[in-house]
Amino acid sequence: MALPLSGQIVNLLAALLLLLAFAMLAQRRVLTLIKLFAWQGAALAVSTAIVAYATGQTHLYFSAGLTVALKVVLIPWLLHRLIDQLQVRWDIETLLNIPTTMLAGIGLAIFAFSLATPISQMASTITRSTLGIALASVLLSFLMMIVRRKAVPQVIGFLSMENGLFFAATSATYGMPLVVELGVALDVLVGTFIFGIFFFHIREQFDSLDIRHMEKLKED
Amino acid sequence: MEIALVLGMPLAGGLVLALFGHQRWAPEASAFMSFGTLAAAALLTARVIADGPMTALNEQVFVDPFNVFLVALTAFVAFTTALFSRPYMRTEEHHKRVNSARLRLYHSMYQLFTFMMLLTLLSNNVGMLWVAMEGATLSTVLLVSLYRTPASLEAAWKYFILCSVGIAQALFGTILLYFAAEKVLGPGGNALLWTHLHEVRGQLEPTVLSLAFVFLLVGYGTKVGLVPLHNWLPDAHAEGPTPISAVLSGLLLNVALYAVVRSKVLVDGALERNFSGGLMMGFGLLSVVVAAFFLSRQKDIKRMFAYSSVEHMGIMTFAFGMGGPVAAFAGLLHMTVHSLTKSAIFFAVGHASQACGTQDMASIRGLIQQSPTIGWGLALGTLAILGMPPFGVFTSEFMVLTTAMREHPWATPFLLVALGVAFAAIFGKVQPMVFGETTAQRQTHPPALVPVFVHLAIVLMLGLYIPPYLVDWYRQAAAFIG
Repeated sequence: MALPLSGQIVNLLAALLLLLAFAMLAQRRVLTLIKLFAWQGAALAVSTAIVAYATGQTHLYFSAGLTVALKVVLIPWLLHRLIDQLQVRWDIETLLNIPTTMLAGIGLAIFAFSLATPISQMASTITRSTLGIALASVLLSFLMMIVRRKAVPQVIGFLSMENGLFFAATSATYGMPLVVELGVALDVLVGTFIFGIFFFHIREQFDSLDIRHMEKLKED
Repeated sequence: MEIALVLGMPLAGGLVLALFGHQRWAPEASAFMSFGTLAAAALLTARVIADGPMTALNEQVFVDPFNVFLVALTAFVAFTTALFSRPYMRTEEHHKRVNSARLRLYHSMYQLFTFMMLLTLLSNNVGMLWVAMEGATLSTVLLVSLYRTPASLEAAWKYFILCSVGIAQALFGTILLYFAAEKVLGPGGNALLWTHLHEVRGQLEPTVLSLAFVFLLVGYGTKVGLVPLHNWLPDAHAEGPTPISAVLSGLLLNVALYAVVRSKVLVDGALERNFSGGLMMGFGLLSVVVAAFFLSRQKDIKRMFAYSSVEHMGIMTFAFGMGGPVAAFAGLLHMTVHSLTKSAIFFAVGHASQACGTQDMASIRGLIQQSPTIGWGLALGTLAILGMPPFGVFTSEFMVLTTAMREHPWATPFLLVALGVAFAAIFGKVQPMVFGETTAQRQTHPPALVPVFVHLAIVLMLGLYIPPYLVDWYRQAAAFIG
């Protein structure tokens, strides 16, 4: 069965989203990481808008606008300001075994697809084949949070996990009810602010944003 | 009306104290707002007992026997903790561990945290429940790091990252739940309302729902502190101010478990076999056993009681996992008595560690000699939490054990061994802290010990005699959980 044009575009954007998740996993530079995160947000917003156009679900336009405002403009801008003030703009993370991480990422993607297949067969939405991609990008962000040792990349991993979840919401269903999406967006925004406050406290105490310093609390 | 009052009081308190939290009278204002919340919760409870379940605000919030009982408990413990934190935080200020700006943050966030927990409990919308739960994490993160020591920052960072990641899994579970519900209820706001979901739970797609439950259990289970997702819990309890440890242990863990149980009710309706119960029993039993063996290795007094919370949350999860009227009754009773006892213990522990200037158990000695009330409070609280007979914890643990013996005999040896190990570990450590030569100093602010003894008295009463209206209430809620 041939997909309508809008469905094909959404599939393309979904592939882009997954590609960006892999790129973030392998990216060592903080600055580029923020750019990639903003692009991921943009891909998410465009795909949400296309779904809205194709299905006539007007509240999805709102959700797309929210994504642009929050994840393409506001949060990347906040992160840019943060890395300037913390003077970590040119930070490059060492100690990152990229080939192994990528292999683990591919494994996770396959796992996500096999988990999502039975569910997406039940979905009636035009975007149903993308549920696997959404789950894969959630798991890839999860992996990114585990392998990263610095605070800023960990937070970007967390935010990109939120992107994956929003994509899951639009691909499995046509987005969550508006009140819930607003609440989630508020939580993400407040969370980013608190992360920002935290960075300064951590730097003040440890003279570094490397969370390897923060492994003192262990069971003896 | 009552619901709006229950939610409005702490929210207003949080906003007012954000402006005036640095004033001398802020602790009293905070306690007053908490008292207002308690009064509103009492009115709400009376209303529900008289009129039965109800929804309000366009069906976005609802009350039924299950959540109203937790609302009352939350409001009560939040009030007594506010009373306890008056002298406690003043002493901390006296010791220069906090300044007035941080006290403002503390009082404001304390009220907002209460608001978020009550919103989680009252929310009829499963999505809003998620939002409020995340809000409860966000409002306590900066409280865990209130002292700004390296250890407290590390604990708060761990708490924030682990709980946020965990709760992201719960959001995925919620999305899957919506996906299943939308087919039956149609798109739009109604498909996430719990009361509507409950009505059509038999028609929801079983495969989607079982996958959704796994994600919800892992997500909210991180906040319950189930092993192996418990890593944040001991650190956050040990490094934050003691009133926060008391409300984290006594209330937040309960609220998270409430979310798990709500999800379980829906999944059980859709699935034939006891899929969710098996998972919960497994996680619960693992938590009980692992936490019990970690207890004896602890040196920090608050860390030790944090592990004891993991153990007790495991018992409750196990009880709800077994299901059936008796086990659910026991689980609800255990929620109540654990919450009251553990917060009482943390009150006593807070004063004890202030008096001795340390949280290291080896340096806390002879509390009874310096201050008999603190010493006896800690000793009696410990006996109660270990499940000694006259106290309510014994009643609920006994009910869990007998049900387990009848229905899942293989689990009883694990439970008994874990309870025995926990007894030996905790009793052996608390006994020298209470008796013997003292290391404690006199306090500048008289300790607030009324809350400790009020809590313990209620726990004692629940062990000897549960008033009939309370029995009735637990029965209704237990029948509802099934």
